[in-house]
Amino acid sequence: MSKTPLQFRHNGRDVAIFVDGGTNLLVALRELIGDMTPKFGCGQGGCGTCSVLIDGELHLSCLTLAETVAGRSIETLDGMKQGPNLHPLQRAFADNFAAQCGYCTPGMLMAAKALLDRNPSPSRAEVVEAISGNICRCTGYEPIINAILAAAGGRASA
Amino acid sequence: MAVTVKTFANSAEAAAVLSSDRGARYLGGGTLVMRALNEGDVSISTVVRANDQALARIEASGPRITLGAGVTFARILGERDLVFLHAPARSIGGPAVRNMGTVGGNLFAPNPYGDFTVALLALDATVAVQGGFGARDIAIEEFLQSRERQSGALVLSVSCTRPTSAEAFRYRKVARIKPKGGSVITLAAHLPISGGRIAGARIALGSMAPTQIRAKAAERALEGRILDAATISAAASAVTEGTSPSDNALGSAWYRREIVGVHLRRLLSGQE
Ligand SMILES: Cc1cc2nc3c(=O)[nH]c(=O)nc-3n(C[C@H](O)[C@H](O)[C@H](O)COP(=O)(O)OP(=O)(O)OC[C@H]3O[C@@H](n4cnc5c(N)ncnc54)[C@H](O)[C@@H]3O)c2cc1C
Ligand code: FES
Ligand code: FES
Repeated sequence: MSKTPLQFRHNGRDVAIFVDGGTNLLVALRELIGDMTPKFGCGQGGCGTCSVLIDGELHLSCLTLAETVAGRSIETLDGMKQGPNLHPLQRAFADNFAAQCGYCTPGMLMAAKALLDRNPSPSRAEVVEAISGNICRCTGYEPIINAILAAAGGRASA
Repeated sequence: MAVTVKTFANSAEAAAVLSSDRGARYLGGGTLVMRALNEGDVSISTVVRANDQALARIEASGPRITLGAGVTFARILGERDLVFLHAPARSIGGPAVRNMGTVGGNLFAPNPYGDFTVALLALDATVAVQGGFGARDIAIEEFLQSRERQSGALVLSVSCTRPTSAEAFRYRKVARIKPKGGSVITLAAHLPISGGRIAGARIALGSMAPTQIRAKAAERALEGRILDAATISAAASAVTEGTSPSDNALGSAWYRREIVGVHLRRLLSGQE
């Protein structure tokens, strides 16, 4: 089966790869680009740990046909930190004990970023809604919700 | 297994491939198609895409609205003119699924999915379909009854008439997980009022049969009446007629039959 050339922006950098027909974006990012930050949890849309931003919108990379992102801009957790400094959301996750095993964390951070980029001071209900497609089996969600609210508060006052 | 991906600039070309190749599957938002591919579904050998702008169009200014098949739920939620469709759009998935999933894909989504289609059925929507031999409009009820046979056709858009008031159209999804989760049952009611009486009642149900269905006995109980307690009771007791729910992980057929009248009563009497 022939491969298809594919170009897109990955965390602000142009990348070009060849994909097999039917390859999903998660596999393309992890196996062809080497960005291991989006995780594989289910491949079914159910867990959210593969979440990435496509042109600023939250998408599940495991359910995205890689070819559909040609020419578009993809952001993953790998692009979140600002130089040597953690992004305020990452800092808030660390300070609020919002990660235990850490498996859900990349998806949670991308879902939180998608929210705060559009709505810098969300209500608690809006935070709950924003991460409703992401499953965490460790923290019980409260520390994650608190971390996102703390990051939003920090941003607002900064 | 690798599949062939064919991308077309216009929907007629995509429709021609879909109707001639049994292994071809149209890719809308992909939330169900990609799931199938990730699971190794070998019935799909070709994935067909169309980048036709018409499929992404929303016409929402007039009394009759049209949604291109490729319109996502997130886009519906961004349209102030489509407020009557916000409750069904918001009831689907989490934010990522609403950014990806489309109106066209929802028409084919099996139980426990297809919530938006329940709303469209209560609104007597029309489905515009492009087959191998040109385009035609099909009433949504007929479309759903023959859904298995529609697999070689491309849906272009859906249209419906805007409800005359906010109370005339009501929607309720019963799920175990909030704010997300598959449907235990989904209900939508369209109750246009003419001269103080209900004229053209429509009650649509999801997860109460293999496809979304209308509860026609309940509609008859409402037709020509005033929406009072006696009418609501009559509709609630008739609502299971003609239904054939099944058991799944979210609820048993018995449970669904038990609760559908309770939720119809709450929907019609405006209770939370
Ligand atoms: C985590 C998760 C949660 C979900 N929650 C819900 C929910 O709460 N409620 C709900 O209703 N659904 C839910 N879904 C199911 C699904 O996302 C939606 O039903 C969505 O509307 C499907 O649209 P799509 O564009 O992604 O479909 P696709 O996967 O692209 O397509 C689905 C089917 O429809 C066909 N199709 C798509 N577009 C067309 C067209 N224009 N013409 C002809 N055939 C077409 C495809 O060939 C395929 O057979 C969920 C899915 C996931 C993964
Ligand atoms: S791996 Fe994509 S949602 Fe679980
Ligand atoms: S920290 Fe373990 S799944 Fe969330």
